[in-house]
Amino acid sequence: MSKRLVSKRPVPPPTAATERPVTRLCLTAVALAFLALFLVLPVIVVFSEALAKGVTVYLETFDDPDARAAIELTLLVVAIAVPLNLVFGVAASWAIAKFEFRGKSLLITLIDLPFSVSPVVSGLIYVLLFGSQGLFGPWLEAHDIKILFALPGIVLATMFVTFPFVARELIPLMQEQGSLDEEAALTLGARGFRIFFTITLPNVAWGLLYGVLLCTARAMGEFGAVSVVSGHIRGVTDTMPLHVEILYNEYNFVAAFAMASLLTLMAVVTLAAKTVLEMHYGDALARTTRI
Amino acid sequence: MDIRIVGVSKAFGRTGALRGLDLEISAGELIALLGPSGSGKTTLLRVIAGLEFPDTGQVYFGNEDATGLAVQERQIGFVFQHYALFKHMTVFDNIAYGLRVRRRGTATEIAARVGELLELVQLTDFAARHPRQLSGGQRQRVALARALAVDPRVLLLDEPFGALDAKIRRDLRRWLRELHDRTGHTTVFVTHDQEEAIELADRVAILNGGRIEQVGTADDIYDRPATAFVMSFVGDTSAIPVGFDGHRPSFEGRAFDTCLLGPHRGPGLFYVRPRDVEVTAPEAAAITGKVRTVHRTATGLRTQISPGTTDTLIEIELDSSAKVKAGSQVGLRFLRGRLFGVRG
Ligand SMILES: Nc1ncnc2c1ncn2[C@@H]1O[C@H](COP(=O)(O)OP(=O)(O)OP(=O)(O)O)[C@@H](O)[C@H]1O
Ligand SMILES: [Mg+2]
Repeated sequence: MSKRLVSKRPVPPPTAATERPVTRLCLTAVALAFLALFLVLPVIVVFSEALAKGVTVYLETFDDPDARAAIELTLLVVAIAVPLNLVFGVAASWAIAKFEFRGKSLLITLIDLPFSVSPVVSGLIYVLLFGSQGLFGPWLEAHDIKILFALPGIVLATMFVTFPFVARELIPLMQEQGSLDEEAALTLGARGFRIFFTITLPNVAWGLLYGVLLCTARAMGEFGAVSVVSGHIRGVTDTMPLHVEILYNEYNFVAAFAMASLLTLMAVVTLAAKTVLEMHYGDALARTTRI
Repeated sequence: MDIRIVGVSKAFGRTGALRGLDLEISAGELIALLGPSGSGKTTLLRVIAGLEFPDTGQVYFGNEDATGLAVQERQIGFVFQHYALFKHMTVFDNIAYGLRVRRRGTATEIAARVGELLELVQLTDFAARHPRQLSGGQRQRVALARALAVDPRVLLLDEPFGALDAKIRRDLRRWLRELHDRTGHTTVFVTHDQEEAIELADRVAILNGGRIEQVGTADDIYDRPATAFVMSFVGDTSAIPVGFDGHRPSFEGRAFDTCLLGPHRGPGLFYVRPRDVEVTAPEAAAITGKVRTVHRTATGLRTQISPGTTDTLIEIELDSSAKVKAGSQVGLRFLRGRLFGVRG
């Protein structure tokens, strides 16, 4: 009965666009205001505080050896953690998407663990493992290997936190594509690694790049887990985010915000790269539907 | 090269996809695997290819036991239903892939071979395109050229034209037949389109529930079906349950005259093709039926008649001038039909 009533008028398609214009306007305004307040404003504040005493002072803050050390350390950590996660992520998603094995769903759940666990807890895990009171602590000490409060610990913590990015990006993509292309390559005489590098990898190239970008962004900015394992040794185990905190606590606002602005800038660059990629990637995704 | 499949079984978990299947394919033959969905056609093809390994049984290529051979060592060409072309490669690179993997000559030699194949599939002008820039039929031909590139001993095709529209299907079918006649590859192709199987293949193997019901030429399958399944699966048929009085079959206690084909004599199901049914006046035949529906078709009338007191429907074709009306009683004469015992 209601059907008949409606059909007297042309029925607009049932989308969100059928909301009244006022509602639409309000929703948009709320969303934009929220964005401005919580995202744009802080970014502006970061840069304005950093540049509060002029460009010269801003640039001078980077002459500080500790600041330099922090930047170098962060880049080094990223340079180690991201490639390793790339390899592990690709291997894990390959195994999950293309093979059947016991404990597969457990593995998928485990990959998500770093997302659901607080970064501080992630850091604590390593303290419990490698700290002097920890599981391997005495052994490590006896062999004079430093993991905690040193580069290896920071890298490990960063890797743990950023592990899901590559795998999460690739698993659905690879699952969606199935093994058909690989089977075709098999029938043409190709084997394992050749298939992987000529077929599997090119098929997920854009998704992989996207995952690596996200992974990099997060690795640069990781605070919680790294803070627990780093030991905050100035000029030695201080990463950029940790250094920002130290400077801030010392009321050295210009230097703190200058360092923060650098992190922000890296994030913005990553975001821009991601947007550019997404334009390609959306296209590539559309292409992955069976050809 | 001929292929022998001996007692092959393959189960996925608890479903038996193939159950003790035997099949012999002679060298240079074009054979179709025909059967309903889930009957094991794809699985059989993949077992031949080495993409799937049988739980029991053997696969012989010529005299060689190929059961344990990896895909790469079998020298087969496989064409997938959805083409499975490499999306990020050009048509040229797709076709060259197998040649490069197997190191068949220098770059110039490979280019020459790819050129030949492109000509063979009539796609010379499309070498630089990517698969997404091709139509379905063109993609299918690239897939075929790619499979042929490495000179396979056997060509395996899984519903090669399944995703194409009727017109292109017919063209490609004819083209594939010509190609086969020219190149002489032993070819196995899967289809669930009977018309395609019968038109294209030298022989047709009918699969059902993981077994072969019958292998034979189109004439064998159509005119001398070995089992009730083949009889009802290939072509239109109707079936009525009948008794047997020693000479003649009887329906609901009334014996009727007919030309009985096939070996079985006894109670069971009586299968009849639409063209072998004659409609008469109710008094003129031993069996009467009630006309349920009458449809006009391109060539005449298609009616459904339920004989006796049953709900079984017998479908027949009549001349458009025939005077039958839905709801009326008619007599039914069966010119010829085939008896099969009820299995079980
Ligand atoms: N990888 C698999 N895992 C589990 N079951 C499978 C798998 N492949 C096939 N089967 C099962 O085996 C049986 C035969 O499947 P197969 O794909 O060979 O049928 P088919 O004859 O090719 O059917 P269709 O005409 O629908 O393609 C089906 O019951 C199917 O569900
Ligand atoms: Mg199939």
